[in-house]
Amino acid sequence: MAAPTLRRRRSGTGRRRAIGWLFVAPFGVVFLVFLVGPLVYAFYLSLYSQGLATGTVFVGLGNYVQAFTDAKFLNGVLFVLVFSVVLIPIQMLVSLAAALVLDVVTTRLARFSRLMIFVPYAVPAVIGALMWGFLYSPSFGPIGDFARLFHTSAPSILDSNLLFGGLLNVVTWQWAGYYMIIIYAALQGIDPSLYEAAHIDGANAWQIALRIKIPMVGSALVLILVFALIGTLQFFSEPKMLTPMSNGHITPSFTPNIYAFNLAFSYSQFNYASAISFALGIVIFIAVYVFLFVSRRRGRIL
Amino acid sequence: MRTPKIAAIAATSAVLIALAACSGPSVGGSGGDGTAKADTSTKSNPVDTSTCTNKIQDAKAPVVTMWSWSPTAQVAVDAFNAAHHDVQICWTNAGAGADEYNKFSTAIAAGKGAPDVVMLETEVLTSFEIKNALVDLAPYDTKGELEKAFGAGTLKDISQGGDVYAVPDDGGPVALMYRKDIFDQYGLTVPKTWDEYAADAQKLKDAGGPLIGDWPADTPAFTQAMFNQKGAKTFDYRLADKTKLGLDVDNAPSVQVLQYWQDLVDKKLVSTAGQSTTDFTSALVGGQLATMIAPSWEPGHLVSAGIKPGADSPWRVAPLPQWKAGDDVQVNWGGSTYAVTSQAVSKKLAAEVAIGIFAHETPTTIGAHFPLHLEAQKASWFQGANDPFFGNQASNKEVWIPAASGYKGAVYSPFQPYYEAQLIQALGKVIPGDQTPKQALGALQKDISSYAQKQGFQVK
Repeated sequence: MAAPTLRRRRSGTGRRRAIGWLFVAPFGVVFLVFLVGPLVYAFYLSLYSQGLATGTVFVGLGNYVQAFTDAKFLNGVLFVLVFSVVLIPIQMLVSLAAALVLDVVTTRLARFSRLMIFVPYAVPAVIGALMWGFLYSPSFGPIGDFARLFHTSAPSILDSNLLFGGLLNVVTWQWAGYYMIIIYAALQGIDPSLYEAAHIDGANAWQIALRIKIPMVGSALVLILVFALIGTLQFFSEPKMLTPMSNGHITPSFTPNIYAFNLAFSYSQFNYASAISFALGIVIFIAVYVFLFVSRRRGRIL
Repeated sequence: MRTPKIAAIAATSAVLIALAACSGPSVGGSGGDGTAKADTSTKSNPVDTSTCTNKIQDAKAPVVTMWSWSPTAQVAVDAFNAAHHDVQICWTNAGAGADEYNKFSTAIAAGKGAPDVVMLETEVLTSFEIKNALVDLAPYDTKGELEKAFGAGTLKDISQGGDVYAVPDDGGPVALMYRKDIFDQYGLTVPKTWDEYAADAQKLKDAGGPLIGDWPADTPAFTQAMFNQKGAKTFDYRLADKTKLGLDVDNAPSVQVLQYWQDLVDKKLVSTAGQSTTDFTSALVGGQLATMIAPSWEPGHLVSAGIKPGADSPWRVAPLPQWKAGDDVQVNWGGSTYAVTSQAVSKKLAAEVAIGIFAHETPTTIGAHFPLHLEAQKASWFQGANDPFFGNQASNKEVWIPAASGYKGAVYSPFQPYYEAQLIQALGKVIPGDQTPKQALGALQKDISSYAQKQGFQVK
């Protein structure tokens, strides 16, 4: 009698398991076909090398060795790293300041300002970049008009060493509002009785902001940092859109993502482009891991 | 837990295999041996004609697909379709220049998705020939029309060792566009040599006039044309000897051309705006530049940017300045061709389209093009045309036709998109004076050479 019961129970859990898989299937299929599949295929591509004059050969990890010794790729990585180091603190300060101010002010103006600061994020990156391209134009942008007031010619921001600052401005404009909303939401989640307690203890508004609010939204700040870091390392849309306005200053290997794009679609080096993409993935993984490791050791846990 | 994991791996590998299967090396076509046979099949794939930009006029005829960004494509396609019952063209605009090449390259790599006939600029032909993406048209040209239709320089640009890979539509002879009003106001004579050009530039500056012209970093085809005029032989390449590539990027003439322009930049006689920027176009429209070294297709572009043609137009055109007085060295910048892709279903019909589409130009199909077909060049309506863009100057007869017939052809690399992208960077370092022309071209030579070797070429 014992054996059949056991068998029946087993087949029961088996069926339940099967039904479980059935529920996961819609997601599973999409996940496999559109994420895992292409990734595996790209990795497979990256193991081959195709020369115009030679044809396709298996090179194993040869493309990766080439990638990490390729000055164009490494310069691109260096650029995005430097760019993140400069950009992220600026972005954090702007969005944190805006969120703290809007948290204190509760007039109708505050609601309007909140919306206005958020609007750039709702503008597609492509449109935003094009708009700034025209604003930067020395002949018909406001900078040109301003320079003409003093009878000098305006600098061409995209076509000179000012390019770095120009891009910094575009990205901060685009993303600070979004980060502000995240911080603002976290601030709204703080129990107001904490502020009352602080007031009773004699803390002023500055002290509340610095000693209570900022530490309380620490995890939101870490989240933003990780978003910003990953986003900046994958920097693509803005420089890609501004390339025709930069007179060659935004090169085909300006950032690793642009380099991978050009390798694949301009030079038809799909194999090497796949390797560059994976190499960039490795760099991002290391950067984010190092950052999380450091921030965890300092007591802030994501 | 074990079974699910194996199932997941099995599913993943199934996806992988399925993906790998549709990516096989399926590039066909005949290599440049000059002995290719004509494939005379006229069977064509059923084409969904609702995707065509034009209307198919004979629904029963087989359809050939074509990509073109030519402004007069619509008119030419309609005229062709009306005159043909054996074949109809289904035309789409897949983007201009690099945009279209990116799509075409991707379709070649994918083994499907390319049109039957594709519009390509002269300088990228070799880059696609080496991928076996184009079909030799010589076997389909049974009446020998092509050789009679074009000048010697043009024929050199489109053929490789007896194989013909494309049929030119318009050319890009280069000349000096200048503002007559500015030249009159400052008492300048139209420069015949580059020395005179530099002298005029100085005169303009001394008199407080506008800058004479522009030296951009972002227009490599222009820079290469200037190199070629001075006698640069940057590349030496023949498809018949597919793996050998002659490379001389840092040749003396190219260095001298860059030194000449860098000198003008240093003296603040020319602007350095990128020519794909709206700032450049607005400077040209607004009279802040007295000249532009321009190809024949530039006026069409400028009309759409807001310059009004007419009897009172201030623009005139003169032959390209020469390095030595009395010389007649002409160059080409851009200009487009039609090629049959190796994915064409019926090569014969596709070849008929490529050869026929612009074979008999009329005043309506010509638009702002400069035709390379000698028939059109000799037509009285073309020779006698008064161009309203140049204040009704007879520009074809006076400037463009002599410029085109003086062109001797050029050799391009089999990886022109890569070369041009790197040339832009080198120019970006020369223009602000970060590097001397010699340093920049030396670095470029090294870069191109190592790229070529990685691509499997033996560099000479």
